[in-house]
Amino acid sequence: MSDVLAVAEHRQGELRDVSLELVTAGRDLAEQTGGDLHVAVVGGAVDEYADALDREGVDAIHTVAHGDEFNHDVSTQAVEQLVAAVDAAFLLVPHSVNGMDYAPAVAAGLDRPLATDVVGLDYDDGLTVTRELYGGKVEGTVDVEDDWAVLTVRPAEWPVAEEPGDATVESFDASIDDGAVRTTVNGFEEVAGGDVDIGEAEFIVSVGRGIDEEENIALIEDLADALGATLAASRPIVDNGWLPKNRQVGQSGKVVTPDVYIAIGISGAVQHVAGMKGAETIVAINTDPDAPIFDIADYGIVDDLFDVVPELIETVEG
Amino acid sequence: MKVLVTVKEVAVVGDEFELDGLGIDDRYLTYELNEWDDYAVEEAVQLAEAGDDVEVVVATIGPERSEETVRQALAKGADRAIRVWDDSLADLDVLDPATKATLLAAVVADEDPDLVLTGVQGGDDAYGATGVALAREVDYAWAAVVNDLDVGDDHETAAVHRELEGGVEELTDVDLPAVLTIQTGINDPRYASLRGIRQAQSKPLDVRTTDDIGIDVAALDDALTLTDVYEPETESDATVFEGDAGETADQLGDLLADKGVVDG
Repeated sequence: MSDVLAVAEHRQGELRDVSLELVTAGRDLAEQTGGDLHVAVVGGAVDEYADALDREGVDAIHTVAHGDEFNHDVSTQAVEQLVAAVDAAFLLVPHSVNGMDYAPAVAAGLDRPLATDVVGLDYDDGLTVTRELYGGKVEGTVDVEDDWAVLTVRPAEWPVAEEPGDATVESFDASIDDGAVRTTVNGFEEVAGGDVDIGEAEFIVSVGRGIDEEENIALIEDLADALGATLAASRPIVDNGWLPKNRQVGQSGKVVTPDVYIAIGISGAVQHVAGMKGAETIVAINTDPDAPIFDIADYGIVDDLFDVVPELIETVEG
Repeated sequence: MKVLVTVKEVAVVGDEFELDGLGIDDRYLTYELNEWDDYAVEEAVQLAEAGDDVEVVVATIGPERSEETVRQALAKGADRAIRVWDDSLADLDVLDPATKATLLAAVVADEDPDLVLTGVQGGDDAYGATGVALAREVDYAWAAVVNDLDVGDDHETAAVHRELEGGVEELTDVDLPAVLTIQTGINDPRYASLRGIRQAQSKPLDVRTTDDIGIDVAALDDALTLTDVYEPETESDATVFEGDAGETADQLGDLLADKGVVDG
């Protein structure tokens, strides 16, 4: 009987989808441990969020009204107190940017083991988590020796919890030491924009690390021109400054939903896939037949892009 | 001002590899400075170039082999380096974020830096947690996933952008001293110049054992045990076009015409 506490996430007045995925992961784990599932939300419109979080399998929802937006110093204190108050063995937090910003601090503060970015949770007299290594080329299982832990859960790995529930909702009066709040969130800024909105495009040609050199980008530009497609890219291309930020597809870039998405020299890291898996038809061109992009592609070409792309330009221009 | 950059050497694996026990066979691994840490080093060196009297110290946990990547950081402009290692660490099953944070906390206690920079995550085990765990251990302020940094002239606060999901950045002020985890793309990491590489050879690189930094590894909580590694099952049900490049390009051209996105 080990209880589970899952902490939801919101931003700019909206509960994030990852919160309801976390409810599913938490319910799976609580079913295995035979314990209760507690869900918490810190800050913002907590009552509204509590309604949305009341899904099947949730036993109790704890609201902590403190501030409008995420502040990791507040979340760290509130969640540590909640873990103690509900005596939760396992704390689940999304492996999101904000999850990464406080879960390790909570683990350190509570002196509990931490396993991050988990894609699988199995409990049988003890917890075993599944994680990816080497950019997803290898998967591994890790036994957690203690009977409590802090876990961050990979987004989009568990389905969103849909069915309504009948959880009790309680306000938790966390004692926040404002003197220990050493970060001030001043606001938000949208980074997308510029000349093109790839989020609106119906046909996208997207280029990744496989392009090797900046001067080779021209080849993909030629292809996009020939096809009448919009040019986009995965993160490394944008990090290198080879294409502007508004062309980036992925978790930290844009989410795109074109009719056709051609991924060229893109391995298919989970952060990229998060931004393009909604495309109707996905085509991948990559030399590595085991690249994760082929797991979500509808059509594939296992070959060198420098051989295929010029042929494709010729085909469509021919 | 003193900036400590914590870096790690990561193993990189190509498309082809074989597993060996609980890891990848050494023959398929190459080692390099962690990509995220490269951006952290660059950010520190740029701070040193912009201000007077900024010392950049690099710290790593790793075996002798990792000195190669640490020298790269020195060649790019860091002033000196510290490497922590001994056999007791080689025996640990998983060098998890908590363990790394404890070791690095001892280095921070010695060095007393104003700012600690590190990469968001390692390219190999990708825990993405050591920086924030370290901040908590040493009671520094922190910010994770930073893609813009402006240290105030008074060295009392840093204005950062945190890169959230969906093309949104959070604008945050962080009190110093602080640990910041640095996201790729924050700058344009330089290549080490030949002169820098030569100079790096004569820069101090102190090797410290866990005894030296006052850590009893036996007392560390070795809470995570790796029990299995395997290649994930491919879930692909993609239609793969067969043939040479000309043939596969033709088939793709036909598909695009069928889908109505190009003229047939």
